[in-house]
Amino acid sequence: MKDFAALFTALDQTTKTSVKTAALTEYLAAAREEDRVWTIALLSGRRPRRAITTTKLREWAAERAGIPLWLFEACYPVVGDLSETIALVLPEPETRIERSLSDWIATLRALDKADEAERKETILAAWNGLPPTERFVFNKLITGGWRMGVSQKLMTRALAKATGIDDAELTHRLMGDWTPDSVSWDSLIEAPDPTADLSRPYPFYLAYQLEQEPHELGPVNDWLAERKWDGIRGQLILREGERYLWSRGEDLMTDRFPEFAQLVDFLPSGTVIDGEVLAYDHAADAPLSFNKLQARIGRKTVPKKLLTEAPVILMAYDLLEWHGADLRQAPLAERRATLESAIEALPPELPIRISPRVEAKDWDGLAQARAISRDIGAEGLMLKRLNAPYLAGRKKGDWWKWKVDPLTIDAVMIYAQAGSGRRATLYTDFTFAVWNGNDLVPFTKAYSGLTDAEFRQITAWVRKNTTDRFGPVRAVTPHHVFEIAFEGIQPSPRHKSGVALRFPRIARWRKDKPLQEANTLDDLNQMLEIYG
Amino acid sequence: MVLEFTPSGIYCPAADAYIDPWRPVPRALITHGHSDHARPGMGAYMATKAAAPVIHHRLGGDIRMETTDYGVTHRIGDADISFHPAGHVPGSAQIRVEVDGEVWVASGDYKVIDDGLSEPFEPVKCHTFITESTFGLPIYDWPDQDVLARDLNDWWRGCVAEGKRAVLGVYALGKAQRILRLLDPSIGPILTHGAVEATNSVLRAQGLALPDTVQVVDGIDAKSHPDAIVLAPPSALGTPWMKRFGAVSTGFASGWMRLRGVRRRRAADRGFVVSDHADWKGLNWAIEQTGAERVFVTHGYTAQFSQWLREQGYDAGIVQTEFGGEDLDEAEENAA
Ligand SMILES: [Zn+2]
Ligand SMILES: [Zn+2]
Repeated sequence: MKDFAALFTALDQTTKTSVKTAALTEYLAAAREEDRVWTIALLSGRRPRRAITTTKLREWAAERAGIPLWLFEACYPVVGDLSETIALVLPEPETRIERSLSDWIATLRALDKADEAERKETILAAWNGLPPTERFVFNKLITGGWRMGVSQKLMTRALAKATGIDDAELTHRLMGDWTPDSVSWDSLIEAPDPTADLSRPYPFYLAYQLEQEPHELGPVNDWLAERKWDGIRGQLILREGERYLWSRGEDLMTDRFPEFAQLVDFLPSGTVIDGEVLAYDHAADAPLSFNKLQARIGRKTVPKKLLTEAPVILMAYDLLEWHGADLRQAPLAERRATLESAIEALPPELPIRISPRVEAKDWDGLAQARAISRDIGAEGLMLKRLNAPYLAGRKKGDWWKWKVDPLTIDAVMIYAQAGSGRRATLYTDFTFAVWNGNDLVPFTKAYSGLTDAEFRQITAWVRKNTTDRFGPVRAVTPHHVFEIAFEGIQPSPRHKSGVALRFPRIARWRKDKPLQEANTLDDLNQMLEIYG
Repeated sequence: MVLEFTPSGIYCPAADAYIDPWRPVPRALITHGHSDHARPGMGAYMATKAAAPVIHHRLGGDIRMETTDYGVTHRIGDADISFHPAGHVPGSAQIRVEVDGEVWVASGDYKVIDDGLSEPFEPVKCHTFITESTFGLPIYDWPDQDVLARDLNDWWRGCVAEGKRAVLGVYALGKAQRILRLLDPSIGPILTHGAVEATNSVLRAQGLALPDTVQVVDGIDAKSHPDAIVLAPPSALGTPWMKRFGAVSTGFASGWMRLRGVRRRRAADRGFVVSDHADWKGLNWAIEQTGAERVFVTHGYTAQFSQWLREQGYDAGIVQTEFGGEDLDEAEENAA
């Protein structure tokens, strides 16, 4: 695992994409085939099943380090990462075990069948035989949660360099439902059989937020405008009588949404549609709130009641495959025309709609259409160039998100907690409250939106103005007002305030605002009534 | 009590003197020259001979300063006071205070390994020990100094090979000189930022042997010394001052570099784990050596470390210090 740990260190020691790509390319070119496949698997979020609970790991690590468990637990928030905390508290290794990445993974998987004594013995022996970085990597193999600072994009680029295979082609090959057990280096990378995995999705094309003025995009007629729906982006695959539904995060969601089963009978084999899964009010022919959809997301299987309360549809955006042919190189105008006529031909009770075009004769007209987005349950507009192909990944130029401005509220900071990882030494996680009479009612947490300098400033302030401590959380004197931006609001009986926000973040530090002028719970409830 | 904890700092009523006070007081006993320990505005200062020049350099030549050798007992009021090596930076001291046979030691900042530069830490027997806890958690364990030296020089050599300038962020007093002595001058010249060089000259003038350095002045640019390493205060990293060096690889040397999260936040290319404070083992060893029954824990992980000490059988408490305005990195910048 030495080479893999060295790769990890190399990736960790730089913030430069070019250096990371070079390190990964070099590793991929030299590593054993099994290690290569596992590395790709780990970097794309596929990890071995966890054989040991983190509770056990904590106990064993504390015991080996000769410290009480509470002290181990006290170290964890400072480090911000369990694997690293373990690696740091353990004493220096006394032996040296040399084993490859895939051998270690095999060792860990064998523990599945072992009893606890044997598990403990194996783990302690490993800890005692691995130098610090390898020990950290080993712990990561057990706990999962790989974030090596390597995006899928970067990994694919390195793989393309190491193999000479085209970048977009590799992105496609790496998608889908494979594990290191189901593939070999050859079948995954070098010579894949396109029919081997019916469920394999295409890489999603992702848009950037529009930064310039829309009219700078050129004539409005070059663009397709449609609603940016507030659901789950999904790719529906219909092939050989089977259906698969993939999320953008490459989760297979097929069983959560049984509604789509019937589409197999109406659309040809070899159909792949990019769209948005929405909870839908069929009577009103309009989307239900995201809140309703949320009830569906968490469940692997769906009770009947929920199916009738929160039925879903696919709001179709794009057609990627038709009669088995990959359409991605065709211009959007053509793909869209095929998609529209295919959906128009379907019985209307099927759970699929075409995402309507938003028509306007100029950009001002589109701006007006965008302004009403929130009222119809959308987050803004999507702008897509009509003559563009369907690209892989997040690319600038042909697709833009033109979102509505977020909702905002001015709130008082009342609790602070240190961040983790990169920000382990700063107070970065805050709880905010609004006024209810003379009381401050907490209603949301937010932990992004300030600069490092501002975080340092607020950290110093928190240290001096702590009134109470609950574990890692500090209560602070109510004093600072922050503008909180968020994308939506919904009722939530679990929260004291009765509301929950979507994507809350700190918009700015209102140093100009006195404490008393922060917003009130009534203000929040009004927003809930309008947008909830 | 032999020493009391007051809003102005640690106070000795028998001597009517304060140790490292943070508000102006008539008489201050100073452990060392870092800015969170030696502050302006005191009526009179007392410090070791080796610490005094830096204190003068930072606070001005006209402060009233009495100096002492290590281990010499001074009768001040009803207290016997002596200074003992703390191993933190050159001249740094623990202050031993004895009143009617009861002994307290205020250790200031300390580390227990010999850095080859500072007078090595000397355990002082006492009844009550006041310890810092900057790195008072078991996750802090410093690598050996020879490993550090090898890593530093390997990095420097690698930078030269890649045609990059190695720029290392180090605190001007203590850390910079310690690292200077670990660098291998056969690789190339050592350039210094003005802030680092100012402290170098003060320490050279008092007889400390440091390798040759070249201060960066206007006219020194990327082409002047292609194989050089540059030592600069952390605050200079990432500023326009750096532009002159062209392609650089940045390094940062601090105990906090032990944590991956901090290393990444610093956004330096390399982090070197090195501190002038004791690590977990060092703190525990030092406390044990004093034979103290009672321990007061000040800045750092006070709650966790005092709890740990209580479980080890010490009568341990926390001293709240007025130690604000800092992120932990800057804490070391002040405290290092
Ligand atoms: Zn200090
Ligand atoms: Zn210091």
